[in-house]
Amino acid sequence: MNPIYLFFHKTGSPPWFYKYSGKLIPWLWALFLALTIYGLYLGLFVAPADYQQGESVRIMYLHVPTAWMSMMIYGLMAIMGFIALVWRIRIMEVLVISSAPIGAAFTIIALITGSLWGRPTWGTYWVWDARLTSELVLLFLYFGVIALYNAFDEPRKAARAASLMSIVGAINLPIIYFSVEWWNTLHQGSSMGSDGPGIHPSMLLPLLLMATATKFYYGANLLTRARLCLLKQDHRKRWVQDLLSKESN
Amino acid sequence: MENADLSNKPHMLAVSNLSFERYFDRVFEPVSFELNAGSLLLITGSNGCGKTTLLRLLAGLLEPSEGKIHKDEQPLYAGHFPAIKDDLSVQENILFWMKFMGTRKAGQMTGLCEQVIEEIGLTPVALQEGRTLSAGQRKRCSLARLLFCDESLWLLDEPYSNLDPQGIAMLDRILKTHLNAGGACIMTTHGSLRPEGFDLQECHMISGRERYAGAAA
Amino acid sequence: MSRQATGTAFVALLRRDFLLAYRRRAELLQPLVFLLVVVTLFPLGVGPSPALLANIAPGVIWIAALLATVLSLDSLFRSDFEDGTLEQMVLSGQSLALIALARTVAHWLVAGLPIVLLSPLLAMWMNLPDEGLLILIESLAIGTPVLSLIGAIGGALTVSLKRGGQLLSLLVFPLYVPLLILATSAVSAAVVDLPYTGQLGLMTAGLIASLTLAPFATAAALKLSLS
Repeated sequence: MNPIYLFFHKTGSPPWFYKYSGKLIPWLWALFLALTIYGLYLGLFVAPADYQQGESVRIMYLHVPTAWMSMMIYGLMAIMGFIALVWRIRIMEVLVISSAPIGAAFTIIALITGSLWGRPTWGTYWVWDARLTSELVLLFLYFGVIALYNAFDEPRKAARAASLMSIVGAINLPIIYFSVEWWNTLHQGSSMGSDGPGIHPSMLLPLLLMATATKFYYGANLLTRARLCLLKQDHRKRWVQDLLSKESN
Repeated sequence: MENADLSNKPHMLAVSNLSFERYFDRVFEPVSFELNAGSLLLITGSNGCGKTTLLRLLAGLLEPSEGKIHKDEQPLYAGHFPAIKDDLSVQENILFWMKFMGTRKAGQMTGLCEQVIEEIGLTPVALQEGRTLSAGQRKRCSLARLLFCDESLWLLDEPYSNLDPQGIAMLDRILKTHLNAGGACIMTTHGSLRPEGFDLQECHMISGRERYAGAAA
Repeated sequence: MSRQATGTAFVALLRRDFLLAYRRRAELLQPLVFLLVVVTLFPLGVGPSPALLANIAPGVIWIAALLATVLSLDSLFRSDFEDGTLEQMVLSGQSLALIALARTVAHWLVAGLPIVLLSPLLAMWMNLPDEGLLILIESLAIGTPVLSLIGAIGGALTVSLKRGGQLLSLLVFPLYVPLLILATSAVSAAVVDLPYTGQLGLMTAGLIASLTLAPFATAAALKLSLS
């Protein structure tokens, strides 16, 4: 049999996924912690303050990576959702559903950090600038997917509905983003200062470190949630019973 | 039994180790059977054992969780819901389906429609709105599609329910004609109402829960 | 096995939908009355100052149109789903995307088109300057079909849920944001004699994209709801 097919068949098997993701998770957490500590150290203490905004620009090291993640996760949900729908792979459905709350959390953090960043810059906690507005609409897209999933009784049907909604949302996301961007220039709103005359390299490094760190956070959190979800779904099946009896011995 | 390769067999419908999962549990234990032209298969089992789910799987509304289905062509499915609009008359309802599904029977649509209504015994109420029909009349109306659709394989979910004795005789008549013409039919029943005077296969279904109960006993 | 020609089936479905709409015509008026009431609330809420109303007119009228459309979307597939008609249509062998498109077209004709026709009344109430009226009508004429097309996806996804209506609003409003932005900016631009053809052009592109893509998503959602 085709080795690629075998690979997908294996990774699609819950016990296999459970076992190997369990081995991977500690590494992901370790990398996340290491990168975050180093990135925050560079960002908060080593990198220079912005000539215009002063120290408050340092929120950028949290705000920008989380905003990037909020969009990336939605895109991933759409891709995984597509695979889940077309090939009916249960693991993919689990991964889509487990990603949604993480993505929503990143969006909320992006919104809060964006709002806090705005306070010293514009004097108010909220301004309808392009990025914040887009993040807010994105948050509603996440809530929609999560609410849709919770509205169905049967979990697999719920997961497939959520997958379809993620795909529809993801296709619309660039359109929403550009139209909000354009709407903002139309009404001459303010924007997040740091995309000014190019980012200083000493600011770029901590930014990239934090961006990478958030990806490891996502990976670790996703796999943990997915494992829990699989255990709950398969609690009557043999492999879970064996696992539980092994652990209690 | 392994999932057999069914495609080179001459059956109208063949099913191997078919099952469906809901809430990560089997709704019913795997079933296997084959159906030839001219045969009537009766699916029996207690309430809630998955008979409707099986029919929906065979119709193509659901994807199997295990096993395979091989069918020559798309079957005709008459399920629990009669697909009648309350706001349209019996005639308008049937005429719509005739136009939507198409029929190979010769003749002008309205004339054919009247014939069909006559055969199912609803001529007195032909112009009445769907909401005024009794349960038995709705059932007769939903069986109208058996008369103008050309599919050879029928999937009927508890077709005798709500029918009066004349209705039952009508259905038996229609069924006999269909089977003699080389068609086949799978029907479900939960017990007392069974087709009389037919040479039938039976398939008894066991729900997932019954299996657990049996295993615990 | 006979299968009806697609065109005949499409026409039969549309005719049935119109017949049904006509028989339930009282129900169709509800979203339109809602539209009128919502627009009326604005002068009551923000004061009748003509300048203020004229300023917010494009946004208010469009938002009212969005709300009225969402109100009418829940019943798009619900009746057919509950009485088994939808199942039969799925099994009929006809392209489900085309069936979805037929239902959407029928929905727009009875729910969206009236909004377009009522817009001059709303423009008058909101004191929209005459320069903006034509563009308002155009923007609604292009935009309301998109509302129906995208809304149909939400309607199809929530049709098997008992209280799908509330969820439907949450699902489709974010998707309506680009349309709202483009439409209101077109009308506002027309009022002050700035170019607006770009916005209308983009909206038309959106209409064409939705026409080609949305029915397939709706079809997938219908199949999902039936499973």
